[in-house]
Amino acid sequence: MSETLKLLSLYPDQMNIYADRGNITFLENRCQWRGIGFEVVSCGIGESFDPGAHDMIYIGGGQDRDQEQVAQDMITTKRAALTEAIESDAVVLAVCGGYQLLGTSWATDSGIRDGLGILDFETVRPDEPRLIGPVAIEIGSDLSKATVAGFENHGGRTWLGEGVRPWGKVLAGHGNNDRDRTEGVAYRNLIGTYLHGPLLPKNHTLADSLITQALQRQGSPEISLEPLEDDLEEAAHRDALEAALSAR
Amino acid sequence: MTAFDTIVRGVGTLSRLTGRGGGTTLPGRLLLKLDPGALSRLGSGLTDGSVLVSATNGKTTTSAMLAAILNSQGESLVANSAGSNMPWGITTALVDGSGSLGLFEVDEAWLPDVAAALDPKVILLGNLFRDQLDRYGETETLASRWRETANSSGAGTTWVLNADDPLVSEVGRPEPRGEVLYFGIEDLAVALPEAPHARDAKHCRECGATLEFAGIFSGHLGHWSCPDCGSSRPLPAIRATDIQLEGMSGLRARIETDFEEGLLVLPIPGLYNLYNALGAIAAATALGVGLSDCLEALSEMDAVFGRVERFRLEGRDLSVLLIKNPVGTNEVLRTLGLEDPPLDLWICLNDRIADGRDVSWIWDADFEVLAERVGSVTCAGTRASEMALRLKYAGWDASRIQVEGNVGASLESALERCSGSLFALPTYTALLELENYISTSRGLERYWER
Repeated sequence: MSETLKLLSLYPDQMNIYADRGNITFLENRCQWRGIGFEVVSCGIGESFDPGAHDMIYIGGGQDRDQEQVAQDMITTKRAALTEAIESDAVVLAVCGGYQLLGTSWATDSGIRDGLGILDFETVRPDEPRLIGPVAIEIGSDLSKATVAGFENHGGRTWLGEGVRPWGKVLAGHGNNDRDRTEGVAYRNLIGTYLHGPLLPKNHTLADSLITQALQRQGSPEISLEPLEDDLEEAAHRDALEAALSAR
Repeated sequence: MTAFDTIVRGVGTLSRLTGRGGGTTLPGRLLLKLDPGALSRLGSGLTDGSVLVSATNGKTTTSAMLAAILNSQGESLVANSAGSNMPWGITTALVDGSGSLGLFEVDEAWLPDVAAALDPKVILLGNLFRDQLDRYGETETLASRWRETANSSGAGTTWVLNADDPLVSEVGRPEPRGEVLYFGIEDLAVALPEAPHARDAKHCRECGATLEFAGIFSGHLGHWSCPDCGSSRPLPAIRATDIQLEGMSGLRARIETDFEEGLLVLPIPGLYNLYNALGAIAAATALGVGLSDCLEALSEMDAVFGRVERFRLEGRDLSVLLIKNPVGTNEVLRTLGLEDPPLDLWICLNDRIADGRDVSWIWDADFEVLAERVGSVTCAGTRASEMALRLKYAGWDASRIQVEGNVGASLESALERCSGSLFALPTYTALLELENYISTSRGLERYWER
């Protein structure tokens, strides 16, 4: 194969609190082992990007102060490009704080802040304990269901607007708001989720489906990834799932 | 001693005799329930007052170093060295022990409460790194709470602070009523070639601008300054220069104060232990101990203590190095990188509450640095599989990695596969399991019975 997956990493200096680079390391290795090229371009404060130049866009979580700085910058320098990329089916993985920023508003301890408003959901921060712990969710349609395991740690509660589709259904853990059993948001090839940090290493089939989607966006509709030796990957997924289900 | 104190002391003995853990917290928990002011009341009985030691990394080692210095001066100490660093552990130590000076390592989050209860003579703060975000929250929030404590504490408390950590050194500003004594590393020759990924203090605590570093020694510890408001690393009163790292066997450095200097020969490895030693020297100085006495006591320390333990098992050397967060782990990996390859490793990753349930942090530590240097690798613990996966994606040869969750079975297998020295890297609860397993299987004493 001669394809190259082009990944845009948004604000890696600010939005990396939960070992978000684990996701990128994981994608990179799985591409390279298959002979697929992998390019990462970073885009930080004050910088702009070409929405057509990247197959996949990643944004992670940050401390409150970092997230505030990023939110303002993102609205002024990246909203239009990000919207265009999403609408043209770029694969977007937005984790934790990065997920919250896509909605209409989000909150810190000191008040409500504007989000990008790309999707219709809002995040509030009631005076209640943070939602922390291992999570297991079910994603997909009736035809192809899959479980995804991870860890969440967020003070915000996210409520999806009318008709906005959650990414998954909570099997164990808190999810978007600890009430309606929804987790994350899904739109076109975008996933927003509270399953933070190294989510992909715990879910290698998800990682591979993102790689496939990203490569298909380049115009080759029939991508079938070469299988890899995945014993450790499967064990790690099982154990992460078990950690969530046994804590239920 | 009140009747309550006598009764709960009996509870501790009973708890040890029945084998329910070390009995290092139960009496204190009970006493604090019966008498919430117990910590303050018992602390006021210490005729020479108390010293508190807190940090994300190195609390136990720094306390052990300071204890060695103070013991060499004939000081009689009450310490929580065997046990919990929460208020109930310190209360238990006070109920159990008799001595004139209290030396307590204190959990970062509990420091403000313990400081308020004890009005200590010295508070030594080593560093703040991201650690168990599920338990402690953001590092900046902790730093702000420490700073509030410093600026509201009594005039009799000397604050001993790491100048190289922007989060910690700023605890001494604007102006605590007591004295502030800074320590730090001067020698930029041992700075890292490039800034590490795991860095937490990126912003100026005064104005929020991005900090600049003339050199970084570890994590975000280094020679920092703010380009906007001019805030910068204070010149340390206790400084290390001319540093020679000598692998697992230790290090040498010249220690300077404004008045004198001397050679430190430290029998335990790593720049992080130099920071621990500097903190201990600075705190001892604040208590009136001379520099040469500090250096002598540290050079005579047994290597078998605290967070670098060594065991001899069936002709093999087992070195134990605690790992619990990215910065501490990077220092361990850097130290191991100075050893001759191939390295035989046993890595045990648990996700129990005391470890932090979230194991994400292993993806922030730079395991990549040892990729070309490993011999056999055994991954153990409740999250052995994710540990092994991290190593595979750090470029370690997957065919050399064995996964065996059980602590005992995996250790035996690692010992069998190793060629001479085995390096054990456990998380906190894994360290306790490892010590337990070694003591039971080899008949060595448990540390709280020594």
